[in-house]
Amino acid sequence: MTSLDPILSIENLTVAYYLHGEWQDAVRDVSLQIHPGQVYGLVGESGSGKTTLAMAIMRYLGVTGVIRSGKIIFSGRDIAAVSQADMREIWGAQISLVPQNPHSALNPSIRVGEQVAEILRIHLGMGQVAARQYTLELLHQVRLPDPKRVAESYPHQISGGMQQRVLIAMALSTKPQLLILDEPTTSLDVTTQAAILDLIRELIHGTTVLYVTHNLGVVAQICDRVAVMYAGELVEDAPLEELFNRPLHVYTQGLLESVPRLGETKLNARLKAIPGQIPSLGARPQGCVFMPRCWLADESCKERPPLFEFQPEHRTRCHHWQELIDVQAGAPRPTGVDHATLPLQNIPSSVDETAPPVLTLQDLRVHYAISHTLGEFVQRKPARQVEAVDGVSLEIAAARTLGLVGESGSGKSSLARAVVGLVERTDGQVELLQASLPARLSQRDIETLRQLQMVFQDPEEALNPHQTVGSTLRRPLITLLGLSAGEADSRIDQLLQAVKLPPEYKDRMPARLSGGEKQRVAIARAFASNPDLLIADEAVSSLDVSIQASIINLLNELQAGLGTTLLFISHDLGVVTYLSDSIAVVYLGRLMQIGPAGGLLEPPYHPYTEALIADIPIADPGARRAPIRLESETPSPLQKPTGCPFHTRCHRKIGVICQTQAPPWQETADGKRIYCHIPIEQLQAAQPPILKI
Amino acid sequence: MRRYLLRRSGFLLITLLFTSLVIFIVTQYLPGDVARVILGREAGEAAVQDLRAELGLDDPLPVQYFRWLGNFLQGDWGISYSTKSEIQPLVLSRLRNSLMLAMITLVISVPLAVTLGVIAGLNENKPVDNTISITSLSVVGLPEFITGLVLIQIFAFRLNLLPANSSIPPGSSFAEALPMLVLPALTATFVLLAYIARLTRAGVIEELKQTYVRTAELKGLPHHTVILKHVLRNALLPTITVVAISFGWLISGLIVIENVFNYPGLGRLLVFAIDRRDLPLIQAVTLVTVLAFALANLVADLLYAYFNPRIRYE
Repeated sequence: MTSLDPILSIENLTVAYYLHGEWQDAVRDVSLQIHPGQVYGLVGESGSGKTTLAMAIMRYLGVTGVIRSGKIIFSGRDIAAVSQADMREIWGAQISLVPQNPHSALNPSIRVGEQVAEILRIHLGMGQVAARQYTLELLHQVRLPDPKRVAESYPHQISGGMQQRVLIAMALSTKPQLLILDEPTTSLDVTTQAAILDLIRELIHGTTVLYVTHNLGVVAQICDRVAVMYAGELVEDAPLEELFNRPLHVYTQGLLESVPRLGETKLNARLKAIPGQIPSLGARPQGCVFMPRCWLADESCKERPPLFEFQPEHRTRCHHWQELIDVQAGAPRPTGVDHATLPLQNIPSSVDETAPPVLTLQDLRVHYAISHTLGEFVQRKPARQVEAVDGVSLEIAAARTLGLVGESGSGKSSLARAVVGLVERTDGQVELLQASLPARLSQRDIETLRQLQMVFQDPEEALNPHQTVGSTLRRPLITLLGLSAGEADSRIDQLLQAVKLPPEYKDRMPARLSGGEKQRVAIARAFASNPDLLIADEAVSSLDVSIQASIINLLNELQAGLGTTLLFISHDLGVVTYLSDSIAVVYLGRLMQIGPAGGLLEPPYHPYTEALIADIPIADPGARRAPIRLESETPSPLQKPTGCPFHTRCHRKIGVICQTQAPPWQETADGKRIYCHIPIEQLQAAQPPILKI
Repeated sequence: MRRYLLRRSGFLLITLLFTSLVIFIVTQYLPGDVARVILGREAGEAAVQDLRAELGLDDPLPVQYFRWLGNFLQGDWGISYSTKSEIQPLVLSRLRNSLMLAMITLVISVPLAVTLGVIAGLNENKPVDNTISITSLSVVGLPEFITGLVLIQIFAFRLNLLPANSSIPPGSSFAEALPMLVLPALTATFVLLAYIARLTRAGVIEELKQTYVRTAELKGLPHHTVILKHVLRNALLPTITVVAISFGWLISGLIVIENVFNYPGLGRLLVFAIDRRDLPLIQAVTLVTVLAFALANLVADLLYAYFNPRIRYE
């Protein structure tokens, strides 16, 4: 084996799962090669087979998965045929995995240090003492403060970011020949994600890496070659810049276009959603797998395309790749699909600038009491509490969208829940259409419930699994609008049409719908009562990007048609800047900045906003940015910092004043309000973190 | 951990205080006048009144309650109405017998049930699992007096290995009592076996699905290390609680088994006391039982916390 030989060479690999009584291919005929030192990105949405492929490489497919054909040549040896017992010598020693969801990937009842040390003992033959010593060194290498304390901790005692650092330390401890990273930052906050990506970039130097992710922004930051998977097939494979600049598969192009780029808004660009949905395992087309969703498809696509080689390094499984090159060179493109607008009723969208706000929050507070321990009870200590929302005031104008951005623990969901009445607010005022809302849901009348609706994050849990789509939609029509059964039935058809679902869906059970379809039903249900205010809490976050785009478009259309006011809550700054008219940034229960959406990406901004913007992974390999890495992690809401809540992590902290005094609200010329001690002029001087988009 | 222990012990005291109150109140409302019960139907009204005064039955209820509780704590558990003897030594000797039987039963049943449960869980839906599940479930379906009698028939009468009658004489040592304990313990084991094994099986199956198991496997650890060190530690947590609750049942709930084998345990004593409306005896046996239950639960909670750092460091 010479140094030019690939470390990993996958040849025509097909992997199947035994489901519903038959074998179904989750990965079909995939070939790729990873060379020493390469960081190879494997991109795809859910159901693309990317994780199955990664697990097949590790030969860890569970009892229902099997490699049906093909080879996995690792270091010159075909491991597709190796026994599980022999794989144990490869696992952790030659191929390591950094998994998704660090929280569940560590054993909750074994100390962190021991979970690292056991690898060292088994693979490096170290004794107890040596392994413990080296563990501390490894934890230090992954930039964990106080490695000794971390080693002594149980997983639940350290943060998600720290847990992921531990898993990275584990995976790198044996200096494996191949490192597989499976969505390692997906469950983390943006600022934590940025820090972990920094760490990975620094530590993998020289290591051969397979990086599995759905996030094109992350790929652009870290990989040097990318394979795109769709419905179990590898559809395109190219060097990083080449793939982003000249995608030669319609799916790749669609994927790149369906994410809003920073600076794009609903006013200047419509998201190009890919129509349709990812086919389920049993329902994959025989020819080109992407054909049903493709705007270039024709008769030839019924034949499975071979892997065309545009350049030696750039392969695509699309019959029409040459036409794509023409389109990119400026040839006219057939009008995209998903452009038809079907508003519920033809109400012209008009925004009355002088109209009073639809929602007004005055000093809203939501505090959760933490129960006493016996000792505290005996000593009569005051009850501890989490101040989830700690004095937020804002308003939303009629038919406008306010985007609420914040990381986990910022209190954004508590705010939403307090407004709809799912939790009782502790203090402050909530006014809907100038009428004060009672804190308790039980004290609100039917009309208030009709006016105020909510769409939740997880469509899987938001629908009653035992109710058909029709009866889910019927309930608000009858209870909130007071329609008769007959009127409700015809309205259900209109609602389904408005969210672009066929009328026969009303007899379906939620289990037979895809995630995107379920979210459409949830949106239809929320719009059923013609609400004045709709709260969408991370309503697109759990969806794949190609589906996400169509849901965002749908929300925009419905809003434009009905004049609904929208409170859109998300951790995704890109999505929020795209569809909001104004944006509020929250941190530890407090508003940091609020103002028109247009100005958010330009200075002056709050240092926290600045960091959030700088930490968004941008799906453009050419993007250069001024890195801002926040210190440490979000403090526990139980120990909220004094003064400015952000001072413990702020890169622009000016002194003691930030620790001791609550900052003033400063207002800029363009209507932005910033909660910071630093004078506006100095904040204005901040470099935009993204120099080129 | 110390804070946890303190908190748990605090709960234990409150539980005991509360149940003692319940026991006291309930026994107050049992039909029949205590003095009349003691003196019999023929006694004159004056004698009954005298006895009531002597026993303090005319005092306000709170006074009676605290006097009863105070005496109980000081070891004065009163005189049994029916046997006219001191209650404390009687109850304590029965408690000792019940504890011996409970311990033997746990020593037999827990390792057996856990092993079967783990084997079944590791081989979910395979023939081994099905065999274990079906066997243990069909055994639990049999009433104790059937299994007990079958065991007596086989081991006592056919094979002549063990005594059929387990009425151990008062004051006999553990070694002397042991042969008489085996058959009742086996009968109780049959009741517990399926229960504990099914729960263990469910725990193992549940834990095997967790992502950390994949992490451990993909570290390249030997399979048995993954199971013994990573999986079982978490999978056996629910089993601990159930074993503790079973312990409480073994102390006072073995009425049928104690009857079949003529075993002098707390369960039979309680039935005896209820039969005779022997109030002080009922109170004493119940309170001792509650104490045993509560202590078993405390031990379970502590073990649970010991094996589960998420609770320990709350």
